[in-house]
Amino acid sequence: MRITLNGRFRDSTFILSGAADLHRESPAPKADMLLLHQPPPFPLYLDLMYNSRMQPKTFWDSINISKQCHRYGLPLWQCPQFLFLVLGLVVITSSVAIYFIGLGHAEDPEIVVLIVLGLSAFLMIIGFSITQSFERLAEVARMKAEFISVVSHQLRAPLANLRWITDLLISGRVENVPEKQTNYLQILRENGQRMDELVSDLLTVSRIESNEFLFKKEKASLLELTQRTVNRLDSLARASNVEVKLSAEDNLPEAFFDPFQIGQVIENLLDNAIRYIKGRGCVNVVVSQKNNYLHLEVKDDGIGISREDQKYIGQKFFRGSNAFRHQSQGSGLGLYIAKAIIEKSGGKLGFKSEEGQGSTFWFTLPIK
Amino acid sequence: MPKKILFIEDEPVLQKTFGDALAPEDCEVVAAIDGETGLRLAQSEKPDLILLDLILPRLHGLEVLKKLKEAEATRQIPVIILTNLEDVKNIETALELGATTYLVKANYSLNEIVDKVKKALSN
Repeated sequence: MRITLNGRFRDSTFILSGAADLHRESPAPKADMLLLHQPPPFPLYLDLMYNSRMQPKTFWDSINISKQCHRYGLPLWQCPQFLFLVLGLVVITSSVAIYFIGLGHAEDPEIVVLIVLGLSAFLMIIGFSITQSFERLAEVARMKAEFISVVSHQLRAPLANLRWITDLLISGRVENVPEKQTNYLQILRENGQRMDELVSDLLTVSRIESNEFLFKKEKASLLELTQRTVNRLDSLARASNVEVKLSAEDNLPEAFFDPFQIGQVIENLLDNAIRYIKGRGCVNVVVSQKNNYLHLEVKDDGIGISREDQKYIGQKFFRGSNAFRHQSQGSGLGLYIAKAIIEKSGGKLGFKSEEGQGSTFWFTLPIK
Repeated sequence: MPKKILFIEDEPVLQKTFGDALAPEDCEVVAAIDGETGLRLAQSEKPDLILLDLILPRLHGLEVLKKLKEAEATRQIPVIILTNLEDVKNIETALELGATTYLVKANYSLNEIVDKVKKALSN
């Protein structure tokens, strides 16, 4: 009386097998429910991040040590940039000073030796301070990753409660629920699901950054995986009036990759392509072979990405300005995660886009 | 004869939700709020299936699992881990200790969990 284990890790999670198990539900929005959604204002945290992190640094910003240290939240005497500057100045000044002292005390070398020893000791102290400040920065980064991980886990418990309770009420197992109330419950469920997806994405980011990202590579067909992903997003595509076409070269070889992680990448790219099409549109997915790599591209005729936004694509939390206008939902983590997965799989991810014309996102995967 | 499920879970809300979800399925759900109670009930109630959370008061879920698999009386009872922890180490340890499978609550709808429980009971 054992369940046959035919599973694999889902986002570092062991799950039972089956294509249905792998999907992250993307329920089709219902017309009457969409009316109830109020577009949220531009999220403050994204605004802050955009202003503080996404804006390109000017030359003056990069040499403004005080500003740099303020960015890291470190006082001057613990800030690596400042300490390096002090170190450089001391080395230059002391070299010149020793030269002149040496000229004046050529007959008395002990004084020169003492001065050099004193300066060396001073330089060692500064060097030690620099090491300490780097350690402190590394510790802050570690604590940040740990904080995200702990908070995410803590959020998951109440989210699971909410999800199960709404599932139970919608299922009618407790008692029949009038249709209007069911619609509201579905909105609750969808919103819970959005929070859950965000928490999962944050956990994934935390794992990527702490190098704890789990890969289970196996020989698999990229085309079959793509077909399954296209099928899974069929309801979202139909609800969005988008036609998804999949084509592939004949006799594509299998490749060695983690099907779940790569499935997530395909889902992210396809989901973006569908969501960022205004009105009716078409998404073309093409799988091909280029030398020793499999190549997958997802081409849409959607809103595209403006030229000034393109350099930020793939950064954590970044969303294009027209993406915000068109689709208020989204964490800006999907492409960051996708890029990390593809790079850790030995491939590359890229895109080309023109605002108002559409985008083509592609990635490669080594066959062997 | 209704199948008996032991649900070792410290969240009363989830216990109640799960109990209500299985009510029409001809199943009896026995709930335990902590690891020690769960272990005791596993021995006295002889359930057909155990659903086990990991973060539990008094006795951690992995300890409960270890003791269940060590005891002659409970060794054969299938145990499904149902938790929000998805660390690789926990997953591997649970499966090595003899858990039938490992499910992360947040990744499944209630219906999916109920289906998996029914499937496990029918095997």
